[in-house]
Formats: sequence, C-alpha cells, structure tokens
Amino acid sequence: MTEPSTTQPTVQDIITALKDKPGALLPILHGIQDAMGYIPPDSVPVIARALNLSRAEVHGVISFYHYFRETPPGKHTLHLCRAESCQAMGASELEAHVKAKLDIDFHETTADGQFSLEPVYCLGNCACSPAMQIGHDIYGRVSPDTFDGIINELEQSA
Amino acid sequence: MSITVYVPCDSGAISLGADRVAAAISQQAMQRGLDIELVRNGSRGMYWLEPLVEVATDNGRIAFGPVQINDVAGLFDADFLSGGDHTLSLGLTEELDYFKKQQRLTFARVGITDPISLDGYLAHEGYRGLHNALTMAQADIVKAVTDSGLRGRGGAAFPTGIKWNTVLNTPSEQKYIICNADEGDSGTFSDRMVMEGDPFVLIEGMTIAGLAVGATQGYIYLRIEYPHAHKALTAAIETAYQTGYLGDDIQGSGKTFHLEVRLGAGAYVCGEETSLMESLEGKRGLVRFKPPLPAIKGLFGQPTVVNNVISLASVPIILDKGGEYYRDFGMGRSRGTLPLQLAGNLKHTGLVEIAFGLTLRELLYGFGGGSASGRPIKAVQVGGPLGAYLPESQFDTPLDYEAFAAIWTVLGHGGVVAFDDTVDMAAMAKYSMEFCAIESCGKCTPCRIGSTRGYELMDEIMQGRELDKNISLLRSLCDTLLNGSLCALGGMTPYPVLSALNHFPEDFGINEKANIA
Repeated sequence: MTEPSTTQPTVQDIITALKDKPGALLPILHGIQDAMGYIPPDSVPVIARALNLSRAEVHGVISFYHYFRETPPGKHTLHLCRAESCQAMGASELEAHVKAKLDIDFHETTADGQFSLEPVYCLGNCACSPAMQIGHDIYGRVSPDTFDGIINELEQSA
Repeated sequence: MSITVYVPCDSGAISLGADRVAAAISQQAMQRGLDIELVRNGSRGMYWLEPLVEVATDNGRIAFGPVQINDVAGLFDADFLSGGDHTLSLGLTEELDYFKKQQRLTFARVGITDPISLDGYLAHEGYRGLHNALTMAQADIVKAVTDSGLRGRGGAAFPTGIKWNTVLNTPSEQKYIICNADEGDSGTFSDRMVMEGDPFVLIEGMTIAGLAVGATQGYIYLRIEYPHAHKALTAAIETAYQTGYLGDDIQGSGKTFHLEVRLGAGAYVCGEETSLMESLEGKRGLVRFKPPLPAIKGLFGQPTVVNNVISLASVPIILDKGGEYYRDFGMGRSRGTLPLQLAGNLKHTGLVEIAFGLTLRELLYGFGGGSASGRPIKAVQVGGPLGAYLPESQFDTPLDYEAFAAIWTVLGHGGVVAFDDTVDMAAMAKYSMEFCAIESCGKCTPCRIGSTRGYELMDEIMQGRELDKNISLLRSLCDTLLNGSLCALGGMTPYPVLSALNHFPEDFGINEKANIA
C-alpha cells in the first residue's frame, strides 16, 4: 500500500473536504485508508469531533466493516476468494498453498512486511475461478504454480 | 485507413491477461508500421475465450481467443487484421453459438462499445429511453415499467413498477434513487459486467427512475471489491454531467438529477436494502425492521427507490421500446430476460442473457458445455450463497421465479455455480453456516448465534458424532433461522444447508432420503 508522505493529504484535510457530505463517515474512512493504508487509531477522536459523533460510534463503524483496518498492512494486500464458485475450482487447495508459501494465516502480515492476506467472499470473477486480488489487480484461474509466479514477480519488482 | 481492434477492459478479461495482450498488440502494430485503432470494449461474456480479441472487418467483427501474450506476434504473422486464418480464429463473434442463442436486451451493448464513450452509447440506441421519458408524465413512466412486468433482479423479484408507484405517491420534498451495486452474491457478476461494460445504461436507468418518482438525488452503492467498475462509473458520470445528461437541467428539460457513487467496505449484509441505507448514512450496516418500507421511509427517512443494477439497467430499453416489447419475452409471471451467470466447474463459464423459461439442464449443458473437469455435475447452487443446491433430478426445472419457488429453491440474482462429484456437500453446508456467522450484522439472535451454533453442529456431524441427535438439532436450528431472522441472510442460510442435507444425505453420513422441508 501507499507510504504516507508529505504530499499525501492529512487526516484533517480529508475530513475537512468530506465532512459536509450526507452520510460522510464511510467516505472519510475510505479517504483515510486510501491515503494511509489503514485508519490510525489516533484519527478516531478527530473524526468523531468533526462529525459530532462519539468515539465509540466511529470505532463501531470501523470494526463493523471487514475492509477497514486499524493496523498498517503489508506492502501488498492479497485478497483470496473463498466463495463457492472458487471452491468448485480448487480454492481450498490454493488457500492451503498460499498460507504455506507465505507462512501466514488470514488477517496476518508476513514477517518481512511484504504481504498481508485477507479472505474475500467473491470478487465477481466467478467465471475465471479461483480468483484473487492484489491491491487493485485481479487474477483469474489461479493455480498454485501461477500463484508462485505472481508472487516471485512482485518480490523481484520490489 | 486504420483497422479497429478490440481487447476487453472487463476485469475478468484483465484477470486473464487482457491488459498485457492489448499492450503487445499496440507494440507489434507500431513495430510493423500498421495503423490500428485499439478499442477497449466490455466483455462479450464468453470467459473461456478471454482475452477475446476482435478485429472489425467489412463482414463484421472476427474473434480470436483465448489470446495470450505469446500469441500476438503469430496473429500479426497470420495477418489477423484482415481476418487471416489462425488456430485461435473463431470466426464472426456474433455467429458463435453461445452468443447467437442469447436474447440480449439489458446487455445489448456490453462487449460491443467502448464503455465510457458517450458517442458509442448514443450510436447504439443509448439515451433513447430517457428522451422518451422526458416527454412523459411521471405516472406514465411508472406505468411503462409496471406493464413490462419487470421484477427486481437483485433476487427478491418484487415488481419494480409497484415499488416506483409507492415512491411516486408518497409526497416529500426530497426523494432518493439508490442503485444496489453491492453484488456480494458469490457466483454472480452481471452487475459488474454492466457497470464495467456499459455504465451509461445504468446512469440512464437511474435518471429515468428519478424523473418517474420525483427524486433528484441518486446514489450507486458499489462494493469495494469492484475497482474497475468504480473507475468506469466515475468516468461515465463525469461525462454525463459535462454533456447535460446529469445535473440541474437534463437535456434542457429543466429537470434535475444528481448522481454519486458511494463505496461499501466489504460487508455482505449491506446488499440487504435497509442495511445498505444505514451504511449510506454512515453507520454500521445493521438491518432495519420493516415496516416502514424504504419506499415510504428510506434513506435519511425519505421515500427511496432501492433497485438492483440489472433492474435499473433494464429500464432504458423498456422506455425506448415500450413495456409490451419487454413483457413479450419470458414465461408465466417471469417477464423479460434474465442475465444468468455460469460459474464454478463448467467448461463454458460466462454471461447468458435469455428469456425466462429455459431449463437449468439446457443452461448447464447447452450453454455451459458440462463440467470443466469432465466429471459428472453433482450439484448446482443457483441464486448466490443463500440459494439452494439442486441435484441432477431437478435440472429440468425451468428458469422461472415460481417454478423455482415450487421446489424450495430461488433464482435470486441469476448466479449458477456447478460442482462436480468430488464436492462434499456436508462441507458446503458447513461453509454456508460459517459464511452466515462471518457476515451476520448481529442484530437478530437467530442469525447471530444460530449461525455459529450451526457451524459447530456441522463440525460434530462431519465427525460422525451422535448423528441422529445432531441432524435433528440442525433441522430445528434451521427452522429457527428460517422463521425467526430479521432478513434474508439468516432467513435463507437454511436453503443451502437443508437442500444439501435433503438431497445428499450420504455426505452427512446418513442413508435415508429425508423429507424435503
């Protein structure tokens, strides 16, 4: 994910730009996660104050949605589909391979900080199962072999 | 003169290498000094042939596929730009059996045009429905939709015209149109294909809905898993604003409609309409009690139309060609066409838009070509993760809402996921309980606690412990979920669980065919 830098908008900039939208909380959380890669816990009181909510309410929304995270992700976030269509085409075997290869379970990040692994329940690529997503890039008909190739390519490009 | 070459920008095609193929084609053309115009179209929906490259010729578009990056130089050597023969040549795209047998109304343009080109949209009958609607009385627009027999394509199949009529007749200063683009049902991707492949048709449908009921603001609630759809919608909405198809004075009519995309955040339950509205309001996606209906008290407490992508994308053709035109397709009370999505273990996966009435068997074997693995198809889940599993003995059921309901199954959003005989149906039932536990919003007890209890029970059953007691407990638990849950997540999780148990008892370690619930 993106490294925070001085050219990135700050949490305050994002809040100021979006807080007057109807139902502004999700757009703000997306804005922060897009910029920082996660929602830093110290941004919660700032958001709460701007939207006249309690910190508990903001925290409740962050924790409700699978996509929002409160810890920094690895350099690449890998979403592996666990849904039925992918299962019908070998997703369980792929999942075991991915976990063994990266030596992590779901919701974990590799020790070198390269990869975070998250489950996803359908990427809408069911005609090309099994599917996964790395960042915004989508991959179809992923086999253990092609997975290794993709990972090697990403590691080399680092 | 330059030759037009099409390489899809659909995310499914991209997942199989379409971007790299497109780059290689441009590079080869440049090296060889050939003048081509590369158009990134939507997908034709024949995913086993993706990336499907097409070349425009005097006789029509010729297809080549599946094209990989290593094939590109060979295609140029074979002069594919003039329709030259190559092992990947498939002939005229529209003569391909899979495509030719379909009745594409909602998907008329998908795969044909550059999705974000307004000129392309207008040249292929786009915005004709809106132009008609701008001259019609609100009640007449609603009547056209009612007459078409269109029912909600998200899964619940509620008549769209009746929903619109309620919103039209509920007075309010502010009303809303919400497009439910939280296509979370596994095995479905028709919404994604429309949004990526023809975003203007959705914008047009929502604009017509706004005119019909008097709503001036629309929201597309799009799932975060669809970044390509987000990009296409954002670009198309911007163009629509610049050209007066959205804004305060639509095509000089003085009518107003504004549209914005809002992103979800990975919660399946937010595809439930009241949970979706909570999420749009910036809250946890907890399901609301109904009544009040969203049509009367919806987003921010105002009258709101909530329709699925395919429902709204079917509106322009209804307003263009009339309700009767659409109604003349289909069977019984299922009118028009249904975009079906063939997924899982099938040879020919993809999008099939066809009038209601085809049997599941014709779909699986006629279109799908049987299993990809070559083994027998054991079970098919229709209608997403909350849909029942159908055994081979039910494959002759016609695709029709009522025919499916009669055998305790659902058509839902039209997803069809096939499994071969290596599948363990007890494991699938366990997965359904697990999915419900992960995605439950937590508001009602049957869903929140019942799903976890169901997961634990399936664990016991799969280990063969106290089968009589545990199977009867599972049935009792499903009864509680079915009748006591607030929404379809808890209320329909028993469909896959009980259908697996009833049709495949041997996978649960029991012999008798139990009574169908």
